[in-house]
Amino acid sequence: MNPTPAAIDLQSVTKRYQNRAVVDDLTLTVPAGETLILLGTSGCGKTTTLKMINRLIDADGGTVAINGVDVRQQEPHELRRHIGYVIQDAGLFPHYTVAQNIAVVPRLLNWSATQITDRTHELLTLLRLPETVLDRLPDALSGGQRQRIGLARALAADPPIILMDEPFGALDPITRDDIRQEFKQLDVFQRKTIVLVTHDVREAFALGDRIALMDNGRIVQMGQPDDFRQNPTTPFVERFLEASGY
Amino acid sequence: MFTFLRENAAKLADQTLTHLGLTFASLLMALLLGLPLGIYIARRKRVASAVLGVAGVLQTVPSIALLGFLIPLLGIGAGPALTALFLYALLPIIRNTYVGISEVNPTLTEAARGMGMTARQVLWRVELPLAMPVIFAGIRTATVINVGVATLAAYVAAGGLGEFIFGGIALNNTNMMLAGAIPAALLAVGFDLGLARLQRVRWSGSVGGDAGGASGKKRVATGAGLLVVVAVMAVAWPRNNPHRLLAGFAHEFGGRADGYPGLQKVYGMTIENRLLDQSLMYEAIRTNKVDVISGYSTDGRIKAFGLTVLDDDKHAFPPYAAAPVVREATLAKYPELQPALDRLNGRLTDSIMTELNYRADYLHESPERVARGFLMKVGLLQPAIAARTGQVVMGSKVFTEQYILAEIYRQLIEGYTTLRVVSKTGFGGTQLCFDALRTGAIDFYPEYTGTGLLVILQPAQATLDSLKRLPGAKQPAAIYSYVKAEFTRRYALRWGVPLGFNNAYCLMMRQTDAKQRGIRTLSELTRYVKGV
Repeated sequence: MNPTPAAIDLQSVTKRYQNRAVVDDLTLTVPAGETLILLGTSGCGKTTTLKMINRLIDADGGTVAINGVDVRQQEPHELRRHIGYVIQDAGLFPHYTVAQNIAVVPRLLNWSATQITDRTHELLTLLRLPETVLDRLPDALSGGQRQRIGLARALAADPPIILMDEPFGALDPITRDDIRQEFKQLDVFQRKTIVLVTHDVREAFALGDRIALMDNGRIVQMGQPDDFRQNPTTPFVERFLEASGY
Repeated sequence: MFTFLRENAAKLADQTLTHLGLTFASLLMALLLGLPLGIYIARRKRVASAVLGVAGVLQTVPSIALLGFLIPLLGIGAGPALTALFLYALLPIIRNTYVGISEVNPTLTEAARGMGMTARQVLWRVELPLAMPVIFAGIRTATVINVGVATLAAYVAAGGLGEFIFGGIALNNTNMMLAGAIPAALLAVGFDLGLARLQRVRWSGSVGGDAGGASGKKRVATGAGLLVVVAVMAVAWPRNNPHRLLAGFAHEFGGRADGYPGLQKVYGMTIENRLLDQSLMYEAIRTNKVDVISGYSTDGRIKAFGLTVLDDDKHAFPPYAAAPVVREATLAKYPELQPALDRLNGRLTDSIMTELNYRADYLHESPERVARGFLMKVGLLQPAIAARTGQVVMGSKVFTEQYILAEIYRQLIEGYTTLRVVSKTGFGGTQLCFDALRTGAIDFYPEYTGTGLLVILQPAQATLDSLKRLPGAKQPAAIYSYVKAEFTRRYALRWGVPLGFNNAYCLMMRQTDAKQRGIRTLSELTRYVKGV
């Protein structure tokens, strides 16, 4: 056995809706610092899997552990305050300014005002955002800026784990490539444990240390990007890659 | 209009304040229940349709009917009025809270939960702020509805601007009506605009950073506090001194020359009074809400409720002999009508009419049955003739005696002629009924000589004095012939033969109360009120 527990550990996790298993006996381990991509078509169970990690959805069977501790032993909101969460189109609160959006989790954690201000400025520099955006409402920002703010919000309290659900899905292809590049080069993201859900093979190959290709609630193939290119294990994997131009 | 406003400024201010108090106290109660309920059903969609259904049904109950249901439960005054307003304000508040919360993008609430907000934090920081424009629209709707419906509070002696409106309608006094209606309309528009402004204050407050949020909250808190103060003040305002006598007058009595103003002139009487709906006054005096009420000497409830009629020792109230008033055109068209109407000549004495009223009001017999019983007793009941060759339209005002008289006429005419009788009952006041008759909307209705004299003819003071100077016993006949001649001359309307009873205005008190205070006559009442 590994002496240090994995950052994220799913053992035989199952989730059913009306007797249909959306996630079916899934086992998955993510070591600290890894970026794992959950790849698959719509409805394959990848988002459900992601949401079971921070208990937005509770599993019907199996166990989910973060750093060796079963998530069921923790209050859901306490658990989530220490896991970053990024969703498609950022999910920024439209009635909060950019500054207030970034400060959501630090405020939940009762940081002081100066702490929050300092951290906000750090994040702006990191994500190359101008100070002027702070007082704006999300609706006044471009899609790319919104997505950066979404990342800043997830990073604000410096959580060791970040969950990302189609984080670049709502962006146009060019902006998406740019942000993806930036994202890949950022040191912070190298150090974090990241689980990222996408249906975009290019994105998976570009960002993932490892990729888990899912279908029907199960993992069909798991490995590094090169493994997929060189030997797809099933006809489904082959078809999936082909359809995406690989 | 302006003269009226100047003379009644204090009353207008008092009514406006009461109006505001009723509106906001009920709104506040509706908010306290409606907001949490709306939030709750947004979480439990299964009970949502049931709750919204019930609130919707409450909304469709006509206001008058709702007040009618509430009086047996809550009595008279602010209680039923507040309850009715509260129920009307519920639906827009519950529904808009429900819709506002339900329509918050689920992605956002999930993002909020994903950040680590508790359910309470999601509600206060995300759902409520985002739902606020919709919720506020509901509050605005409720406020405007309540400003309007609060005019009906005047029916149950809860005051408000409805006193002028209904008084004005009853007396056909346009100035008085407008003095109530215009401020009510201004209040509705003003509140709508004011709340729209408040909404923007709130909104910019919550997005303008922490400092702005705090000041926004402070302003909202101040606003809410002011509301509570106004509400409490205005509801507490019309408290009556227990040592003084409080009178309840019908809207018409309160303004008619031969009503309260007549008493003021003849007796010099000034008594604190509230205006309320005629049919609710007996309930009010029975439950000690008022001590003196206006009414009619033949009212069946006088006996039933243990009341005593105060003697009009200075003859302030003229005699009110009842008789049908018919269009001459109708009489010419249907010559058989006059003899049928004349059959009642003198048959209805004071005691018989009081008895009939008593049966309807207290024993809850239908006017139809009461009328049939009477006609049978005096031998005038005829089975209705099957064939119908024409029709006459009969009117009546809104009180029991008129309903009974209308029924008696209907059965009488349908028994003795081939005319069909169409009833248009429920004219809200003498003027309305009379106008309908003059314009031909109705063909006849039962009227009282005193009313015809003072409300319709309004003769010069000299004429009135000459009639009044006659000894008491000769007055009724003299007034009848004067009124009959003038109606024929001026309006081509014919007074039929008097029915026999005299239904004069009167003031009454609880028997025990009157005895205790030693009040038997209006002069004694005047002295008593002055003495305290």
